[in-house]
Amino acid sequence: MSPHETARGPGHDPLAVRTAGLAKQYAGGRFAVRDLDLGVPYGAVYGFLGPNGAGKTTSIRMLLGLIEPTEGHCELLGVEMPRGALRVLPRVGTMVEGPAFHPHLSGRDNLRRLDCADRTADPRTTTRRIADALDRVGLGSAARARFGTYSLGMKQRLAIAAALLRPRDLLILDEPTNGLDPQGTRQVRELIAELAGEGMTILLSTHLLSEVEQICSHVGILYRGSIVAQGKMDELCSTAAARLRVETDDPSAVAAELVRLGLGDVAVDGETVHADIGESEPAKINASLVHQGIGVRGFGVRAPTLEDVFISLTGEGFDVG
Amino acid sequence: MSADTLRAPVADRLSLRLLRGELRFIATRRRNQIALAVLCGVPVVLALVLKLSGAAEHTASAPPMVAMMFGNGMLVVLAAFSVESLIFLPLAVAVLSADAVSGEAAAGTLRYLLTVPIGRTRLLCVKFAANAIAVVAAVAAVALCGAIAGIAAFGAGDLVTLSGSTIPFGDSLGRVALVCLYVMAMMIAFSTVTLFAATCTDHPATAIVGSLLYVLCDQLLVSVPELDWLDPYLLTGYWRDWGDLVREPVQTGNLTIGLVVAGVYAAVFASAAWARFTTRDITC
Repeated sequence: MSPHETARGPGHDPLAVRTAGLAKQYAGGRFAVRDLDLGVPYGAVYGFLGPNGAGKTTSIRMLLGLIEPTEGHCELLGVEMPRGALRVLPRVGTMVEGPAFHPHLSGRDNLRRLDCADRTADPRTTTRRIADALDRVGLGSAARARFGTYSLGMKQRLAIAAALLRPRDLLILDEPTNGLDPQGTRQVRELIAELAGEGMTILLSTHLLSEVEQICSHVGILYRGSIVAQGKMDELCSTAAARLRVETDDPSAVAAELVRLGLGDVAVDGETVHADIGESEPAKINASLVHQGIGVRGFGVRAPTLEDVFISLTGEGFDVG
Repeated sequence: MSADTLRAPVADRLSLRLLRGELRFIATRRRNQIALAVLCGVPVVLALVLKLSGAAEHTASAPPMVAMMFGNGMLVVLAAFSVESLIFLPLAVAVLSADAVSGEAAAGTLRYLLTVPIGRTRLLCVKFAANAIAVVAAVAAVALCGAIAGIAAFGAGDLVTLSGSTIPFGDSLGRVALVCLYVMAMMIAFSTVTLFAATCTDHPATAIVGSLLYVLCDQLLVSVPELDWLDPYLLTGYWRDWGDLVREPVQTGNLTIGLVVAGVYAAVFASAAWARFTTRDITC
């Protein structure tokens, strides 16, 4: 497998983030990431989904040049990393593994410190850009407060403000809603949708299926250090089978009948029976059950979710720690 | 935000914004302010103690340094350096370096700085420069406080040199200024050692302890007579040789060797720090 072949996305679309055969082996021989072929098209909101410990943060650190890959290549916005870091990173807003700022400085002074380090930023506009970024994430009124006094949600939002200190083409956000309450989560998700609407490409890592389902146009599923599937959300979900759900007083009879009709993966859970519906017609299955004289209390077909995709790909539930 | 004007790379190669920012960061840090106050407090306390105790015993039986002091306050500055140059100043240098690198790593702010982006070599250079400036400022502040306290307590008369002769007050100012420069040079050389320690760990406390252990081991080696042949190569052995500047005439032999050794140490440890910092994985 040549790295250059695998680096191309489907249809040779230009990619904002591309990795080929990326791997990181830590001392002791354990691979945190292996054969990672990531392709994030321009304009996508790409959910980099995986359970905790799957290697998301390690991958992102390699993308940003913080750690050296053991093998493989990566590119951001068409520029080879880490060699082109100084050239491309000004166009990339980042948030890696949670917010980290100096607790004794105010939110504003922390941002000023980062902006001072950016040789390509215009010092004459620093004050305005910081104010804009803070307003954007709703921290305008807390700008002068010390970072140490911020709530977790405010800290998280300050990290996003740091990513927005200047106009960016790409945002790489590592678990941006981690640890937030439902309201904070919703605000951050709205902000991400808004930024995507302005044309930024967004790579977002998360361990939350619902997050990807709510805000992402694309998804890459990371499992034990490798991508097991990636693509547009709807295309990926259509690869998994829709599930039939039957509620009944006589689950064993229903299960037997579903097996007789040729449905796969029949599972009984209390008084509910699940099965892959495959190509069968739901109406005929229902008729057949009724015809057998089996009491059916509830009947439904559920479109495949990302969780179904994950389970069908890995054979495991999503909550593997 | 006007995207186009901001996106055009300004690429000011000589931008001093970051250095100014670092200096502001160091200067506004409460712990650094307290450390500076302690450093500057030492000569003031020395002047007071010597004034109170020495007034009664202004005799030839007093230790040479103390006996010399009466009449010229500049000797308080020298007394302060002889007290501070083995532990106080090295500790302050170690804390600065540990904060600059391990501290940023421990707080996680290092990953945010590096993805701004800022080149690792440039970041290390700026950190070193900021620390060097802070060291110069701290040594100058100690000297200034010592001079003020000393002149207030003992006046501005002739200075009795370590050789026994006397030099006028004006000359003694020049001598003390040279002593300051020598101490600054030694501490800046040592700051490369501490910077290297700081690039090896993400825990500031470890970096500080490592740096101080280095000083202690070095001092131990200096003090073992069987290892005399090693002495010329040990950095801390030269730290108090500034006394040669207050002899008449000035003895430059040891001082010159001391400065050369310091330069070699600085080059070696700065290179090691650079090699370590530019290649390590930032996992914090």
